[in-house]
Amino acid sequence: MGETKVVIDDLRKSFPGPLPVLDGVAFDVAPGEFVSVIGPSGCGKSTLFDVIAGLEPPDAGRVLVDGEDATGRVDPFAYMPQQDLLFPWRTVLDNTTLGLEVAGMRRRLARERARPLFEPFGLAGFEDARPRELSGGMRQRAALLRTVVQDRPVLLLDEPFGALDSLTRTDMQTWLDGMRTRFDWTVLLITHDIREAVYLSDRVVVLGPRPTRVRRNVVIELPRPRHHEMITSPRFSALEAELDAVLREPS
Amino acid sequence: MSPRGGAVARIRTHRARDSHTRRPRLAGVVGRVGPSLVLVLVGLGVWQGYVTAAGLRPQVLPSPLRVVEQGWAFREEIWANTVPTLQVTAVGFVASLVLGWTLAVAVDFVPWLRRALTPLLVASQTLPIIAIAPLLIIWFGFGLLPKVVVIALVTFFPIAVGLIEGFAATDRDATNLLRSMGASRWRQFRYVRLPGALPRFFTALRIGITYAVTGAIFAEYVGATAGLGIFMNLQKNSFRTDLVLAAVVVTATLSVTLFALTYVVERLVIPWNGHG
Repeated sequence: MGETKVVIDDLRKSFPGPLPVLDGVAFDVAPGEFVSVIGPSGCGKSTLFDVIAGLEPPDAGRVLVDGEDATGRVDPFAYMPQQDLLFPWRTVLDNTTLGLEVAGMRRRLARERARPLFEPFGLAGFEDARPRELSGGMRQRAALLRTVVQDRPVLLLDEPFGALDSLTRTDMQTWLDGMRTRFDWTVLLITHDIREAVYLSDRVVVLGPRPTRVRRNVVIELPRPRHHEMITSPRFSALEAELDAVLREPS
Repeated sequence: MSPRGGAVARIRTHRARDSHTRRPRLAGVVGRVGPSLVLVLVGLGVWQGYVTAAGLRPQVLPSPLRVVEQGWAFREEIWANTVPTLQVTAVGFVASLVLGWTLAVAVDFVPWLRRALTPLLVASQTLPIIAIAPLLIIWFGFGLLPKVVVIALVTFFPIAVGLIEGFAATDRDATNLLRSMGASRWRQFRYVRLPGALPRFFTALRIGITYAVTGAIFAEYVGATAGLGIFMNLQKNSFRTDLVLAAVVVTATLSVTLFALTYVVERLVIPWNGHG
């Protein structure tokens, strides 16, 4: 597939317990590509992300970013956890600058960096609000803003819309698709929602049950930008059915 | 002093905390204080009636009116003894805060310290203060130090434990988020663990501060040159039961005032907590 941004090379990881978690997970991500990782619940998706994000050392294997070894390094990845984790003692603006401040940037400078993103993220006017004043969808957008403003090469999104109601969720997916096109992010997304994976991705990596490895790479050949009507198209349904079948294959 | 004082303090803390979740309006304040006020008035009425009807000598049990009357008559002397008690309370409680914070932060940064210190912290609370306090006087004299030690001993524990648990209650995902941002352990502490622990700290502060005044009184009772504790002791020895009770009323007022002050400080320090 030519150019690669990220190489996940044969990652292995065990915790004390009966089964290893990662059993040689390997796949690539191209620059500007949106790749979703799906798998049966408990297969180790979150462990995989923790290892990629540099939060958890692998037992074996490597993570390469732009050809360089990035195993155990946090700085190539901007990580967005499942919960929005907006802190009540900070305003929305100061929540979004947290990553920059933690990295040592002056607060004033960090604010200047984050402010222009409030408009495209649909948060204009809420800079000085407290997180509790935001709706669920706005909170997720603020959490994503906090993630992307760090300006790191790859975004790691761990089920970012899992806690939202289905209407807000679909709106957020359409919005995220638009933002991705606009800013040309390279994205790795964990989800257990097949429809979400198809709707957002260029490619879906399907993991098997624990000890997990990649079962299949499914390329999503749907035109961009994605529209909500596509969900009912035969092509979309066929992709959903294919992913569902791969997930359910006996090991 | 400790067991009964402790129970009362806990009940107060819980009541106050529950009602704290709502914005206090005038009706709310009346509704909260009203029932206790009625109860106190009825109790005082019964007391007054009983003392009058039974013709008790004031050395045994003075009437509430006599307590007020004599308390007022001796107001200058009582005030002169209240100031040293307040000073001792303030110094002791500040010492307790320093001790509690130091221990809690140390435990948060050094995991093995937690295992090493937890049994010692608990053990410190099983010391019979009533037996230790006179020894403190022997060791440290009648000055400030033994009283500060007593107050710190009875109040640092809830503060240290509240903080330790508050730091430890930090969401694992929040820690991971900060780590993914490249935050050092110190920055994780400063940006997430510390602010996240503050609500618990204020709850712990309330429990601690209700012990502080009674701790000071107790320390003075054992030995002091001035203060409400020694005042009570002297008045008891000369059978001025009414003045002992007047000093008790002052003590209770001090405790309740300090307790209420913690809410004011809480609003100022963590306005984001509770309501918007």
